[in-house]
Amino acid sequence: MTIWIGIAVGCLGCYLLKLAGLSVPKSVLERPAVHRIAALLPVVLLAALIAVQTFSDGKSLVIDARAAGLAVAAVAVWRRWPFLVVVALAAVTTALVRQVIPAG
Amino acid sequence: MTTGPGSADDGSTPDDPTPDHPAPDDPAPDDPGPDRSAERSGPGNPNQSTADLDWRLTRTQVLRDSMGVAIATGAYAISFGAIALAGGLNVWQTMALSLLMFTGASQFGLIAVIAGGGAPLAGAATAIMLGARNALYGLRLAEILRVSGLRRLGAAQLVIDESTAMSIARDTDRAARLGFYATGLGVFTLWNIGTLVGAVGASWLSDPRALGLDAAAPAAFLALLAPRLRGRELWALALVAAMVAVLAVPLVPVGVPVLLAGLVGVIAGLIPRTTAPPRHRQSNETNQTTETNKPDDQPTRNP
Repeated sequence: MTIWIGIAVGCLGCYLLKLAGLSVPKSVLERPAVHRIAALLPVVLLAALIAVQTFSDGKSLVIDARAAGLAVAAVAVWRRWPFLVVVALAAVTTALVRQVIPAG
Repeated sequence: MTTGPGSADDGSTPDDPTPDHPAPDDPAPDDPGPDRSAERSGPGNPNQSTADLDWRLTRTQVLRDSMGVAIATGAYAISFGAIALAGGLNVWQTMALSLLMFTGASQFGLIAVIAGGGAPLAGAATAIMLGARNALYGLRLAEILRVSGLRRLGAAQLVIDESTAMSIARDTDRAARLGFYATGLGVFTLWNIGTLVGAVGASWLSDPRALGLDAAAPAAFLALLAPRLRGRELWALALVAAMVAVLAVPLVPVGVPVLLAGLVGVIAGLIPRTTAPPRHRQSNETNQTTETNKPDDQPTRNP
């Protein structure tokens, strides 16, 4: 149930942001700081999500098979391989490492 | 896309017109599309003006580009559906996100926090911060779309990375509007179909973790992040944000480390810069070439 609340709040917030852009007077959002923050937020949030999802189990820091998956994904991104290839390689690598080291 | 849809900001992903996409304005000389349309319109219509013919050619190209983006995004949605299920959502919740949130990076952000055991509201906050850029897209699109009332309410949902990228690079307002609606509606359709396929497929798996799907999400984020890392400052900021988040993991509730990283971004954005980079160019976000700059500085009407 609480997941639904998170979904509802998130969906409403995201929609209102989209609507705000089409609706508010330009001067309200047309400020350098607003543009900088909007451009920087995806960078910091994505970087944080990558780090947390790879190196933690939620409550503590761990290094496991996911790190190997991410490393392979990094090479694939660097080589500019297609998105689905990046994601699939990360998953397959992680699964293979878990086969070899079950604790991972 | 916006990911997902969206989510994507800059690329092939919903949030992110990525480099894998064909550049929207590539002439693609060997493509038969425009020629066919010219033939079709030729014989039947003697009063056909050059402007009409030009428009038909443009329309064909815009629609073709939009379709390419929509297909790539739909494929990406399959991974979203699968990752959402692996993260603990059910098929209905996953579909609600693709239908109602419809911005890829935000959707991924929300499920990432929930999958880690974080509070759903922390996930919502992450999603909303990731979706903030859509408001700025809307600012630019408002002048092109000129919508009001119910139409605006509907158009707003289509404001994502892909539709913006495929719109603002066009030479005329008419082509820009077509690019927006064709891409927005095409991505919306295929994004939701892809999500359903991925979610239903993953729901048949007994243990998604055995397939390494828990590592698929950070890999997806990496693919979303890479096109944005332009210049040393952004690399440094990304590293600082990652460090802050990781170091905070043992100290604060699940989901909060990512929000702290968001705070890092807000602080960095508030610091006035002396060496002005091309800050108002959202073209970082849209993966366009110099074409993208046109709509800003001059009237978008062609003679």
